[in-house]
Amino acid sequence: MALLTLTSPHTKGPQRTSVMMRWVIAMTLPGLVMQTVFFGWGNLHNVIWCSIVALLCEILVLTLRKRPIAFYLNDYSALVTAVLLGLALPPFAPWWVSLVATAFAIIFAKHLYGGMGYNPFNPAMVGYALVLVSFPVAMTTNWATPLSLLEQTPSLSQTLSTIWGSGVLPDGFTGATPLDIYKHEIAHSLSSDVLANPIFGSGISLGWEWVNGAFLVGGLVLLFLKIIPWQTPVGVLAGLMIPSLLLGYDADQSTPFFMHLLSGATMLGAFFIATDPITSATTTRGRLIFGFGIGLLTYIVRVYGSYPDAFAFAVLLMNFAAPLIDVYTQPRTYGYEKAKRGTKTKELK
Amino acid sequence: MTSTHASKIIASTRDLSDFHGGIHPQEMKSLSNQTAISKAALPPKLILPLQQHIGNASKVMVDIGQQVLKGQLLAEADGFVSVNLHAPTSGTIESISEQAIAHPSGQSDLCLTLIPDGQDQWCALSPSEDVTQLSNSEIQAKVRQAGIAGMGGAGFPTDIKLQPPKHANIEILILNAAECEPYITSDDRLLRERADEVVAGLNIVASVLQTTTCLIGIEDNKPEAIAALKAATQDSNIEICVIPTKYPSGGEKQLIKILTGKEVPSGKLPADIGIVCQNVGTVAAIYRAVRFGEPLISRITTLTGLQVQQRGNVEVLLGTPINWLLSQYGYQAAKRERLIMGGPMMGFTLTDTEIPVVKTTNCILAPNEKELPLAPPAQACIRCGLCADACPAELLPQQLYWFARGQEYEKAEHHNLFDCIECGACSFVCPSSIPLVQYYRHAKGEIKHQRADQQKSDQARVRFEARQQRLENEQAEKAAKRKARAEAAAKAQAAKKLAESQTTVIDSAKPEATQAAPIQADLKSQTEPTIDVVDLSELKTAWDEAQSKLDKMYDALDAAKENNPEQITKLSRAVEKNQMRVNQTKQAWQKASTKAGSETKTAIVTQTENETKAESQNASEETNKPDLAALETAYEKADSKLAKLENALANAKPEQVEKLTRAVDKNKDRVATAKAEFEAAQQALNQTDKADAPVLEAPVDIPALELAFEKADSKLAKLENALANAKPEQVEKLTRAVDKNKDRVASAKAELEAAQQALSQTDKADAPVLEAQIDIPALELAFEKADSKLAKLENALANAKPEQVEKLTRAVSKNQDRVKAAQDELEQARLNVAAATTTPVNESGTQ
Repeated sequence: MALLTLTSPHTKGPQRTSVMMRWVIAMTLPGLVMQTVFFGWGNLHNVIWCSIVALLCEILVLTLRKRPIAFYLNDYSALVTAVLLGLALPPFAPWWVSLVATAFAIIFAKHLYGGMGYNPFNPAMVGYALVLVSFPVAMTTNWATPLSLLEQTPSLSQTLSTIWGSGVLPDGFTGATPLDIYKHEIAHSLSSDVLANPIFGSGISLGWEWVNGAFLVGGLVLLFLKIIPWQTPVGVLAGLMIPSLLLGYDADQSTPFFMHLLSGATMLGAFFIATDPITSATTTRGRLIFGFGIGLLTYIVRVYGSYPDAFAFAVLLMNFAAPLIDVYTQPRTYGYEKAKRGTKTKELK
Repeated sequence: MTSTHASKIIASTRDLSDFHGGIHPQEMKSLSNQTAISKAALPPKLILPLQQHIGNASKVMVDIGQQVLKGQLLAEADGFVSVNLHAPTSGTIESISEQAIAHPSGQSDLCLTLIPDGQDQWCALSPSEDVTQLSNSEIQAKVRQAGIAGMGGAGFPTDIKLQPPKHANIEILILNAAECEPYITSDDRLLRERADEVVAGLNIVASVLQTTTCLIGIEDNKPEAIAALKAATQDSNIEICVIPTKYPSGGEKQLIKILTGKEVPSGKLPADIGIVCQNVGTVAAIYRAVRFGEPLISRITTLTGLQVQQRGNVEVLLGTPINWLLSQYGYQAAKRERLIMGGPMMGFTLTDTEIPVVKTTNCILAPNEKELPLAPPAQACIRCGLCADACPAELLPQQLYWFARGQEYEKAEHHNLFDCIECGACSFVCPSSIPLVQYYRHAKGEIKHQRADQQKSDQARVRFEARQQRLENEQAEKAAKRKARAEAAAKAQAAKKLAESQTTVIDSAKPEATQAAPIQADLKSQTEPTIDVVDLSELKTAWDEAQSKLDKMYDALDAAKENNPEQITKLSRAVEKNQMRVNQTKQAWQKASTKAGSETKTAIVTQTENETKAESQNASEETNKPDLAALETAYEKADSKLAKLENALANAKPEQVEKLTRAVDKNKDRVATAKAEFEAAQQALNQTDKADAPVLEAPVDIPALELAFEKADSKLAKLENALANAKPEQVEKLTRAVDKNKDRVASAKAELEAAQQALSQTDKADAPVLEAQIDIPALELAFEKADSKLAKLENALANAKPEQVEKLTRAVSKNQDRVKAAQDELEQARLNVAAATTTPVNESGTQ
């Protein structure tokens, strides 16, 4: 009889990393369904294509690092990155854009830092930012027009041939996003004239509002399951809403706040991207600040910057700040009067 | 089995707070709380460790082979923080030896082994019928006498807790009946069956501590126990507070926060805020000790886990071996399993089942693999923060994990690592299955090691400094004594000299003193005289004096060789110094004499013929008109002379080295003057140059100068060879020579390039007058720079120690690189000139 010598505790709770990651992927499905319904096959294809690329890249790097592949693939983190990229990239983005984004995200933004848990920057957002800056035309002109506005919706084969082939669709299938259009049009029109554009649907954004609503639902489920903390999404939405209400209340001057909330990648970002635990702040107060920073930066770049939707940059910038936020938002420990904040540590006594 | 309805039935009147975090593991209480406490049989032997508590180990009071009775004192408390140890049954002391004890490290400790005789005969006890009549000190004495320690797991001597601190009143007494850890049910059953004993004990404690507020904190998953307590506390003001089931609400700090809302300050005890916590078993034992005089010889232990068939609570004698106990209750060992003493959250694994039950053994858990499966392999931390959400001490376990892994212990301490109660809630919730508590234990151990090392090194430093001080003091005393002695000796000598001059009698009996005087005087003077006098006669006098002194010292040296061998080294050193001084004076005189232009050459310095030839040549050259070719020849000759000199230098003896290097220096001066003339000639050349460029000289210039450079280079190489093979004393001088030479060469190259530049420009038949004129000041500037550099190098070399020779050799090699670079440039310039002068030269003719 051999008695094992192990250390306490000897029992474990039910939480598992792979389970959490799988829930995150599962809760994006409502949003993906909405995207397919309103914008066509592009997003679905991108999700599948990015997943394949991500898994292959992960296997390649793990082989190079001589790690057990099954153990590391089982944490589903590569798949989460791929799914988020597939959802965020334009539906008609050429195949090589998705390839570059995903490969860069997995190899450079994740594994070069040591793999899951060691990366300081959100890999999906690193990939997105890379292709946004490197291939600006491909990233801004390949957004899909809502299907309901088209007489002839692009079929699956047409979509595939666009993404994999010449990359050219008949005019009208692709176009700019509502955020983009509103931002440019409001400079010289009234909001009522701008909103007359059918792309805005019933006054927000045709199709986009449903997509964002579906992501919101998925995010709320994740909140309920305690897979993501509530501070980060609330912070992000507050960071978008508060400046929008304070500065952009006049719809004739700037994008109205409900459009900020329900158009673009807002809900996807708030509930799925900003909540990536590895790259966000760790303290509860820190998460509020982190989320608020993302929302605020997104607002600033959307309104004053040159990109119509800048979630990726906002996330990356706040990833920079996350360690410092942690240092300054330490909670008060039991038995202490005040929290020990700041970077000064005492010498060992 | 959770019964939240219980909390609704018995509403607490007290406002309950909550602590941060906490988890809800499976309780598994029903495995062992279904049956009443059974009394374990008498084991074949009892192993009693002398330390079952916090504090000092007890002192053995019995001998091997002694017969003891049940309850007899076996080991006495050693000091204030210690407890007594009693015989759990009557029998014989078999041995006092090292046995395995119940400790996570699996170490052994001194234990008494008692073989029961089966009689179970009590010793004489001293019960008290009415405990209310006893004074506080009597009660404390009884508790101490009974050897009671905290039975909840820590084992703190209870009698100390019963002595309230001077500075604080104990306002609240809390009975910790929470029993939050899964599987453990001993307190539950004890309360169900012996609630009156528990309450009586609680009253005793309250009276000793003089507190009026007694609270019992109990989780709501023990409705029967709550009911029993309610019945037992009907007519007392003990308040029963039913708290929600959450782990670890049974932790002392957490229970205090729940029941009172106060927090125990970090590093302090609950008594500092007027609160005392006691365990249920301890309090029952206090009652038995005070009322019946029974010492602590048994306790209630939960035997549970699916590997044990007859699970339940046992009243087991202290010292019962666990393997025997488990065998009594149907334990089946599995293939790979762990045996845990304590609960699944904070218990430790046992390595050896011969380990005895001690005062703090509240549970023995024998799970099978399905019950408590092995943790899956740890994945990377995903920084989810679930651990921080669960931590009852409101720490940041994630940061502590990163710091412990990265061995950044200062940061870990700053993040309050030592406030971790190692409850295991963080590891329980971690989705990546990281063994967090293990990291914290390791970090705590490392920090304690570091602190101990720091203390040791501080003490060592203090001792070292004291020793240094002591040695210095001794040295100072010795030096003072020596000085006094020397002064006395000098005085005696002066007096003697006076006597000598008066009587003109040389005291031959003391040769040492006469010889010692100049030597000592010489040794005392550390600085060498700097000869700055311009007056030649003064210099000559100085030189003569130094020479005579040197002769005297040689005599002294010879005498010392015969009479006093031990002084030879001293004297020879003094001789060398004097030799150097002689040479210096000579040198100064010679310099001054050559400057003044005097023709007096002394025969002491052996000059080579080349030197005189060079002088005469230089003299003749000065009278000639500026002739570049002649200048070049002069330069070549100076260089060849240098080569010969360095040969001589390489083969020279130490005494000659200085002379030779001085000759080398002089030679370089000649070279410098030659170059100066070269420059002047160039200047004149450039000024007179218009269209009829001195193309004739051009083809002659460059090859010749090139040759000069090659020669200079080879000379440099040879000098470096000499340097490499030279003795340390020579090295300085040689490096000085080398450096100087290189500077000269570099400056010469600069001039050459300028000349070539001027030449190439004149070949183009332009008017490069401006550039030519700029050349010369640049050359002069380069020359001045080289000169100042030389002076600096000389200074450095003069003050250099042998260790710095390497540095200087490196400087030498650097200069060599520069030489090579300059040579490359020279070749290029030559090529350029050749390219530029192909056609015109052929036309205008050659030399």
